[in-house]
Amino acid sequence: MSSSIETSTEITFHPEHASGTKKISSTFCVLSLLTIIELGLGFFLYAKHGHLGAISVLTTKVVIVILTIAKAYYIVSVFMHLGDEVRNLIMTIIVPLCLFIWFIIAFLWDGNSWKTLRNRYNGTPKIEKVTSPAVLEKGKKN
Amino acid sequence: MSTVAVQQGTKWWSGGRSPFNASYGKVMMWYFLMSDAFTFGAFLISYGTIRFSVNFWADPNHVFNSFPFAGHANLPLAFVSLMTFILIASSVTMVLAVHEGHKMNKKGVEKYMILTIIGGFAFLGCQAWEWTHLLTGEHVALLNDGTLSILPTTVKSNPWGAELSKEAIAAALQNTPNSQLSAIAASLHHNTSGVAHHDMSAMSNQELIKMIQTAGLQASHTGPIAFGGYFFGITGFHGFHVLSGVFINVIMYIKTKLGHFEQRGHYEMIEKAGLYWHFVDLVWVFVFLCFYLI
Repeated sequence: MSSSIETSTEITFHPEHASGTKKISSTFCVLSLLTIIELGLGFFLYAKHGHLGAISVLTTKVVIVILTIAKAYYIVSVFMHLGDEVRNLIMTIIVPLCLFIWFIIAFLWDGNSWKTLRNRYNGTPKIEKVTSPAVLEKGKKN
Repeated sequence: MSTVAVQQGTKWWSGGRSPFNASYGKVMMWYFLMSDAFTFGAFLISYGTIRFSVNFWADPNHVFNSFPFAGHANLPLAFVSLMTFILIASSVTMVLAVHEGHKMNKKGVEKYMILTIIGGFAFLGCQAWEWTHLLTGEHVALLNDGTLSILPTTVKSNPWGAELSKEAIAAALQNTPNSQLSAIAASLHHNTSGVAHHDMSAMSNQELIKMIQTAGLQASHTGPIAFGGYFFGITGFHGFHVLSGVFINVIMYIKTKLGHFEQRGHYEMIEKAGLYWHFVDLVWVFVFLCFYLI
């Protein structure tokens, strides 16, 4: 079948797309598996709530974030076929997104700094807008 | 398909060919999605900044623990996992539609577009249920004036603060006026049935307090107000993307049905709609992470 897209000057070659649905179903399995692992870790945090040290909670959350980034990679590279595009196009998408590295670190750092400063200069850590003394006692744990 | 094998070291920039080997529309769709990623990223990072700046934040396992038709069963993560799987499944049917498009199989494209549209509507239905549940949910919280009151989760109120001790509840109940007490008692008996609401308004404060305490009232402080704004703002913005994605998919389905793409000789429009749809799924992966998992 003749198609105008194949004669378009914008397209020099076509990546081999129609190679079967095997890759699609295997990616679906990977995504489901990653989601199930994430949910498992989420339930782990829920079940162990209050019994885990700050470091183990943080480690679990970091693992969940890494799994999420892996999911994002599979969606973008397989489902959106970015992996099949030419390198030039991939780079113009990926390189600007690297700004997120600064963006996330800078702003979360800033939020944390706000908390530290407020707690330092307001004396006791406060739960927002709560005035009763019993609450202030409880707030110390947070 | 006449595949021209591309030589290693093809001179992409020396003219005569597009350096990106893709149509203008597709390249621009990618750039639109990249800018949209920054919009969503900015929203989520702003949420993270506020969350990092306060000493207490609502526990998602506590807030999102209900499931349609499951009554008051405590099911953390269950409903949102369902929503996630619906969206992943509709992403798969979308990529299958694109695949059928490459094979110029009109019937296949139609079938998978229909499935994708159904998935989109199912997701929106879930979100509508969840929003309704939060906006109309009744949770008892300690107000600034020291009284207990029923609060929904909205952009202006957040009943998901730290939990109150039994003693704190007992003390706050003494400060609470009769109207609020009867409303709390009515909401507690809403599930178990019993005394009707109009009977309660005739009861004295002490009778109501006794009734509330025997029912085992659980109450908490109010949480950071920002919670509702960020939750409804970001999931709403995402939901709006899903809605527009469904509209785009419906239009693509109609155009497929009318044979427009077959006449054109390619199904590239399905690919572009697919890029948008996958992006919506991609954003959900991060919304799921930020609001429900951690």
